[in-house]
Amino acid sequence: MKPWIPVLGCVLLLVSRFAFAIDSEPPFTNPVLEHRYEHLLQEIRCLQCMDENIANSDAPLAADFRRQIHAMVGEGESDAQIKRYMVQRYGDFVLYKPPLQANTWLLWGGPFLLLLLAFTAVALVIRRRSRLADQEQSSR
Amino acid sequence: MRRRLVFILPVLVLIALIGFFWRGLYLNPTLVTSPLIGKPVPDFSLPRLHDPKATFDQNRLKGRVSLVNVWATWCFACREEQQMLLNLAKQNVVPIYGLDYKDDRQSALRWLAERGNPYTAIAFDSTGNVAINWGVYGAPETFLIDQHGIIRYKYIGPITTEVIQRELLPRIHALRREGT
Amino acid sequence: MIPELGQLALVIALCLAVAQCFFGIVGAQRGHFIWMNAVRPAAVGQALFVSLAFVILTYSFLTNDFSVRYVAENSNTALPWPYKITAVWGAHEGSLLLWIFVLGLWTLAVARFSRRLPQEFASRVLGVLGLISIGFLLFMLTTSDPFTRLLPPAAQGRDLNPLLQDPGMAIHPPMLYMGYVGMSVAFAFAVAALLGGRMDAVWARWSRPWTLVAWLFLTIGITFGSWWSYYVLGWGGFWFWDPVENASFMPWLVGTALVHSLAVTEKRGAFKSWTALLAIAAFSLSLLGTFLVRSGILISVHAFATDPRRGIFILAMLGAFVGLALILYAWRAPMFSDNGGGFKAFSRETFLLLNNIFLVVAAAAVLLGTLYPLVLGALKLGQISVGPPYFDHIFVPLMIPFFILIGIGPYVRWKHGSVPHTGRKLGWVAALALLVGAVVIVLLRAETSFIAMAGVLLAAWTVFSALQEPAQRLWQRLHHRHAGLGRSVLGMSVAHVGAGLMILGVTVTTMLGITVDRVFTPGSSLTVHGDQYTFEGVRDVSGPNYQAVQGTFVVTRNGRPVTVIYPQKRQFRRDGTTTEAAIDAGPFRDLYIALGNPLGHGAWSVRIEYKPLVRFIWLGGLIMVLGGFIALMDKRYRRVRVKAIALDVAATPEEAGRDLTREPEH
Repeated sequence: MKPWIPVLGCVLLLVSRFAFAIDSEPPFTNPVLEHRYEHLLQEIRCLQCMDENIANSDAPLAADFRRQIHAMVGEGESDAQIKRYMVQRYGDFVLYKPPLQANTWLLWGGPFLLLLLAFTAVALVIRRRSRLADQEQSSR
Repeated sequence: MRRRLVFILPVLVLIALIGFFWRGLYLNPTLVTSPLIGKPVPDFSLPRLHDPKATFDQNRLKGRVSLVNVWATWCFACREEQQMLLNLAKQNVVPIYGLDYKDDRQSALRWLAERGNPYTAIAFDSTGNVAINWGVYGAPETFLIDQHGIIRYKYIGPITTEVIQRELLPRIHALRREGT
Repeated sequence: MIPELGQLALVIALCLAVAQCFFGIVGAQRGHFIWMNAVRPAAVGQALFVSLAFVILTYSFLTNDFSVRYVAENSNTALPWPYKITAVWGAHEGSLLLWIFVLGLWTLAVARFSRRLPQEFASRVLGVLGLISIGFLLFMLTTSDPFTRLLPPAAQGRDLNPLLQDPGMAIHPPMLYMGYVGMSVAFAFAVAALLGGRMDAVWARWSRPWTLVAWLFLTIGITFGSWWSYYVLGWGGFWFWDPVENASFMPWLVGTALVHSLAVTEKRGAFKSWTALLAIAAFSLSLLGTFLVRSGILISVHAFATDPRRGIFILAMLGAFVGLALILYAWRAPMFSDNGGGFKAFSRETFLLLNNIFLVVAAAAVLLGTLYPLVLGALKLGQISVGPPYFDHIFVPLMIPFFILIGIGPYVRWKHGSVPHTGRKLGWVAALALLVGAVVIVLLRAETSFIAMAGVLLAAWTVFSALQEPAQRLWQRLHHRHAGLGRSVLGMSVAHVGAGLMILGVTVTTMLGITVDRVFTPGSSLTVHGDQYTFEGVRDVSGPNYQAVQGTFVVTRNGRPVTVIYPQKRQFRRDGTTTEAAIDAGPFRDLYIALGNPLGHGAWSVRIEYKPLVRFIWLGGLIMVLGGFIALMDKRYRRVRVKAIALDVAATPEEAGRDLTREPEH
């Protein structure tokens, strides 16, 4: 009911929640790696403070995740490998972008399925109405 | 008649949603089920808390049913839990191993000296790297490991008498029966 | 004694709400005039007693009455007095009282401005509003009484949550609630029409201004909230797709669809049952939002403290209100559909239908994404997270066609459009949009992704096409040809310009913005997008109820000074720290600095952001509001003649529509 008003939950447990990820690791010199690293941080959920990605979270666990991911990116592992690593340990819950699999087909396909259904309904309505329009015209 | 059905659809959607909400009110969304349940304990090797030169690894967790409790001195809920663990340790039903998570060695040793030590042995994970392999996302957490070193159950949050009676002991006994 | 009076006021309000509901609905059903005459006084009385309770709680805050538990938990003697007022809605109980108070204000407005409506209809509307009041007052009195005493009284209060100690708190929640709760009026109109068995162009005409006002407030609330979170949360984001934000976005999307479909129903008498369903849905989604935030069913940073009884109570209320409305709808709506007259495939009606479809599917997608983890959990099918990446992926493909259609729709005639006519009007607009889009893309030359290009093009298209009509009319007027531009057409054009600017802001900020997290030691500097940031260290400052460290950053560009920025980190007496990001705002870019954590030896972690066109997001929102406001000023809303009611549904909707839109002024 009240967007943007964090009232309880982890807000009060952690001294400082709205700080973000700065770690002792030096930034990547390779901009491609840096970009990949930052993008990955956006897609991993911090499980300690539940509604944040690890890029924005100040929780110690988020720092550990970042360190781990930083190391893996540095070792040349792909995004898919890194995500798999996280999922094997924490489950799909750790990904903010749900993977496409049996239990998420409806999630990813739902909106487009609905759009398709709606288009069909619109087409039917238009067909009926346009016949009606023709009749009105001919009866005039 | 077919037209009528279309008008009833919103009511059906509402009923389905309310059903899900009703169920949802009794679920805790912050408890994350571990994908490691049913899988062998991840390989690890850590120094022991009391003796930094000695190591603690996954082999220690094979051969008998055991509990692995993740704790730390900075963890507030661990304080209350420790009493429960001490009581459980006294009953001698199951060895309790500790994983001291992102802690300071001196404060951990002091804490155990002051409050008592329920653990058979304690692994010291100063960086939290091993904890990530275990899928730990906070403290306290407690894993139940079977004779073959397979994780069978995980309890998230502080253990209480009720948890011991309802969740842990029945499972421990069942695993024992399974093993013999 | 005073707090007990507040409680008593709520109990009296509840009794009056029961009278308002009973006399309103039953009185109208039986045609009992004496009962119906009692509805308006009951409604006014109900609203006044709720207001009295609200005033009393405010008084308790202002007088530091820490014998009231809610005051003790959310205030403090050191809290500056304006925040003592906003603290009234700083937590669950008080914000619920604000909800009911706002409902009271809407009830008063309806009671005041419904005299021209047929008595039966007006008393049904007030009766339905009364039912909603009953539900919320009962909820408040049984589970969330803000006047509960604390024994013994606390010597000092805990203080208001630091994040809420911001001027934004005075505007955002009240505006948002005005919008949310305002949807209840559209809901009440729809339910009253269903109860009365009459749903026609006249009904649409009555509901339209009310819906528009609620939509305006909701738009202000969301826009303002987005801006507030941008500067107060310290992440530099403007929208987080948090479940609670989604809870306000869904009624907005459906409300926007409703505003458009009411236009069709009013002008052409078509899509009546669809419009009624949207009116029910918009308020249902408001209620759903209340449930999601106050039940703890979803993980959100915004959630209130939860008590399972509250969740069950709101769920029951949601089921009862929405369930009754939808059952009534399933029963009555089939009776009066389908006299809307015909239209061809290429017509305004089609475009508005498509508009509705994209908006409703977008709302459904938000609903799906928000609830999907819950549904999987309830069915034990796994645990997943649905976050911003999901919503971004779903929204882009939905919004691209939607914004193409926004440009075309207004230039298609009702009933039977002509492609060449529309083409003539929009051909040069399309060319201009392409040209400007191309120039911008060349100028930016940055890593322009497909989405960035599409966004800029769409924004240009939306803005130019929206300006085409007013520009043409202005041209004609300058050449002494008589050409008036109706307020509602002008309002629509302005609102569409706002939507275009918002798209531009969102696209450019997201695609071309730069975020850098770095460690700064005093004297060190960093160049981001040509601006050099030099950190001059931190110093301590203190506020009325907090201590803060303030960093100093000198920004220069090519050696010339640009600005000095002072971000703060505040430690409040109540256990909390806030990051006060400091922003150098400009019309075309913001420089945004937030302090992270001290890292020892004077070093600090710092987030620096360069945010191009970020202001356009909120500017766009405000322009949309302006558009809605202009449309509201349209002549025909100022006076709804009682005679109009005499128009029978049986009259062809086309005639009804024409008659209504060309009604002479008094």
